[in-house]
Amino acid sequence: MTAPVTVRVQREDFDMAAEVSALCRDRTDIGAVVTFSGLCRDEAGSLVALELEHYPGMAEGEIERICHEAVKRFGLQAATAIHRFGKITPGENIVLVIAASSHRQAAFDGANFIMDFLKTSAPFWKKEHRADGRTGDWVSAKDADDAARERWKRET
Amino acid sequence: MSTVNLVYFSWVRERIGKGEETLELPADVLTVADLIAHLKTRGEEYEAAFAHENVIRAAINQEHVDHGEPIGNAREIALFPPMTGG
Repeated sequence: MTAPVTVRVQREDFDMAAEVSALCRDRTDIGAVVTFSGLCRDEAGSLVALELEHYPGMAEGEIERICHEAVKRFGLQAATAIHRFGKITPGENIVLVIAASSHRQAAFDGANFIMDFLKTSAPFWKKEHRADGRTGDWVSAKDADDAARERWKRET
Repeated sequence: MSTVNLVYFSWVRERIGKGEETLELPADVLTVADLIAHLKTRGEEYEAAFAHENVIRAAINQEHVDHGEPIGNAREIALFPPMTGG
């Protein structure tokens, strides 16, 4: 059986517990589930919201490709990735990744791998809306994110 | 001469002032790098968008490609800054 991969790009929020239940439903072979959720973070009260732009179609396609690669590489039994777009305020969810496998290490590694590639390859861009009324600052890509992705090449 | 749909995102879109356009490509535009060079001749908004063209990412038919990639019979080419999702 091919491990099921669920990918959604949506404006609305997600329910982590409901997504874990859906992924595990009618399965008795899953021994480990790792979830990662990324939230909109405010630093020092300066951020009102993030606006997430995405490339419809390619965003879903890239995340699916990354999830399938993780399934193959780590032998995951299921994977879910949900990424939101639109205006998101501090404290709200942005992204959810769930990796399931027989044993914990593959699930941890799978979730980590999916996030590292999602950050650098999935076509999303964040724009800041700031408390002082300024908008228009696009979040810059970080070298650390590229480095995080690169380490998976070395560890092969 | 071939017709291609161009899509722009984030500050590339903002600097150019539109999210997409359809363009007739001259016969000497063979690669993504050629396309960017060609776009830069179309006005100062394009020059501003592609001033640091080495940071620009590209996708052909919704798959990531390098600047050296031949355009071929691409239907859709996207140009955008490094991604900041997650």
